[in-house]
Amino acid sequence: MTAHVPTSTVGADASGSDTANRLRRAVAALTSNWVFLALVVLVLAFSVQAGETFFNADNFRNILFNASGTILLAVGTAYLIIGGQLDLSIGSVLVFSQVIAAKTIVAVGGSAESGYPNAGAAIALGIAVSVAVGAAWGLLNGVLVTRLKIPSFIITLGTLGMGLGLAQVITKGTDVTGLPPQMVTDIGMRQVLGLPLPVWIAAVVAVVAGLVLARTEFGRYTYAIGSNAEGARRSGIKVTRHQIVLFTMMGALAGLAGVLDVARFTTTQVSGHSADNLVAIAAVIIGGASLFGGRGTIFGTAVGVMIPAVLNNGLVIVNVQPFWQTVAIGAILIVAVAIDDIKRRQQLRAS
Amino acid sequence: MKHLSDTTPPPDPAGPDVPVLSATGISKRFGHVTALTDVSLAVAPGEVVALMGDNGAGKSTLIKILSGALAPDSGELRVGGERVHFANPSDARAAGIETVYQDLALADDLSAPANLFLGRERRRAGLLGRLGVLDNKRMQAEAEEYLRTLGARVPDYQAPVRMFSGGQRQTVAIARAGIWARELVIMDEPTAALGLVQTEQVARLIKRTRDRGIAVIVISHSVPFVTDVADRIVVLRLGSTAATLSPATTSHDEIVAAITGAATGARTDQQGSTS
Repeated sequence: MTAHVPTSTVGADASGSDTANRLRRAVAALTSNWVFLALVVLVLAFSVQAGETFFNADNFRNILFNASGTILLAVGTAYLIIGGQLDLSIGSVLVFSQVIAAKTIVAVGGSAESGYPNAGAAIALGIAVSVAVGAAWGLLNGVLVTRLKIPSFIITLGTLGMGLGLAQVITKGTDVTGLPPQMVTDIGMRQVLGLPLPVWIAAVVAVVAGLVLARTEFGRYTYAIGSNAEGARRSGIKVTRHQIVLFTMMGALAGLAGVLDVARFTTTQVSGHSADNLVAIAAVIIGGASLFGGRGTIFGTAVGVMIPAVLNNGLVIVNVQPFWQTVAIGAILIVAVAIDDIKRRQQLRAS
Repeated sequence: MKHLSDTTPPPDPAGPDVPVLSATGISKRFGHVTALTDVSLAVAPGEVVALMGDNGAGKSTLIKILSGALAPDSGELRVGGERVHFANPSDARAAGIETVYQDLALADDLSAPANLFLGRERRRAGLLGRLGVLDNKRMQAEAEEYLRTLGARVPDYQAPVRMFSGGQRQTVAIARAGIWARELVIMDEPTAALGLVQTEQVARLIKRTRDRGIAVIVISHSVPFVTDVADRIVVLRLGSTAATLSPATTSHDEIVAAITGAATGARTDQQGSTS
């Protein structure tokens, strides 16, 4: 504040209401994180119900391990949804990428009889190939959406079919097997500081993505484009390029999730990812994002991923059919959006 | 960017007599429709020019040309005496000309400071800044300071502008243009959707912006508003300059007559449809 600006009563009023606003916002942030509270309640409920069968380090490790792939997909989906886009093709891109990666690793790794002499190089190459192939699909999605000016819902519905179909054509419908066991021991199940490597990878990706979204120009532009793409363009933001980058990031993350998936199961999962898109979108929306763009966080998204992961695990432990998980998630999704909507309308009326 | 607290206009290097922006002999056609014919317009530093005219008179086409959104078929633009060609709005902004669009072009989910600095964010110093990390504190401080020089306030510097009233959103949009404009702010019907009090607020913002030495071109249909804020009224009719009036010496009826063409007896059915 410069010295010559007189401190008027108006100024005092302004700073007073500012403090009040900050307080109101802090309270709002706490209560608006009811989704996070729901996750805590869920963990407590299963802990009370099942005791140490649920509440133990091994089980928590298991939950995180199961959630790690979804986290990667949900992070990319969060960026896209906040930027006003949608990618339905992520499951297909994941499968296509992992098929190419698995084929590469099998081809380069050497024969099983000779003990996979090139396993290390093959795995490294496979990871790079999977990420690159995923990114290429993402780039294709982004270019098609921005050049043809067709909604991403439709474009990615198209590439969803194309990606899965091509993966099935390449594999003739049977999953790729015969991968070197180092894939599992060195990557998929490798324990680092008490947690599986894929969990660390997902955590690092989520933290970095969260910081970039909340703190940097790139994140700010993502929100701005999702809020008002034309306004962002008039402000000099390179909207088309940004959107293509978001789709490419999404593809790369799907490719990463794909190869980690192979590293866990030593086989591709061609028919195992058809609902990935909906799971990721639900996580992002449960986490407080708007499907119309401009709103959402990575923290919320992570909570939105963990709720189904905890439910899935806990329901099995307390002997409830795990199919109830899908029912519960559907209900949570609707409740989350409804509560969000009511609160927003209240805020609008208050101002 | 200039010091925001500096309310005295900086000495114009080109001299006080050189218009910040001059358009000479501007013509524009869309297919068979002639939108503008040989229109000329000059704005002096710190001058407020109101652009009036009935729908289809060519006002919007003219300001689109001045703000770089459209290229004229013929005619020339000069900024500070220098010949310029605007290929897009970014070129005009680089020349110190900012535009407040009728739809405001705000990112509704972002805060007022974030909107003020949209596309021109302040970054943190050092490595963090090079990584793209924003300096939100500094942007908020500068936004507050600038709004204070405008005598304007927003209710909350962290809330998304979606929560704001129409007048408050208009304030943010005008402040965004004013904070970056070095020469000229162009406003397309800033009071179209506003009530009486909010219209007065916009008038005050325009005067404060002018007091900082920045010229303003404002499109409006409201005769009382225009006579309040403008130093000069330019009336367009059927794509040509119909009259240049001084609000101090012209009655409301005369202004209306100039817009409708009743004064010259040349009233015809409006044919242009490009407004």
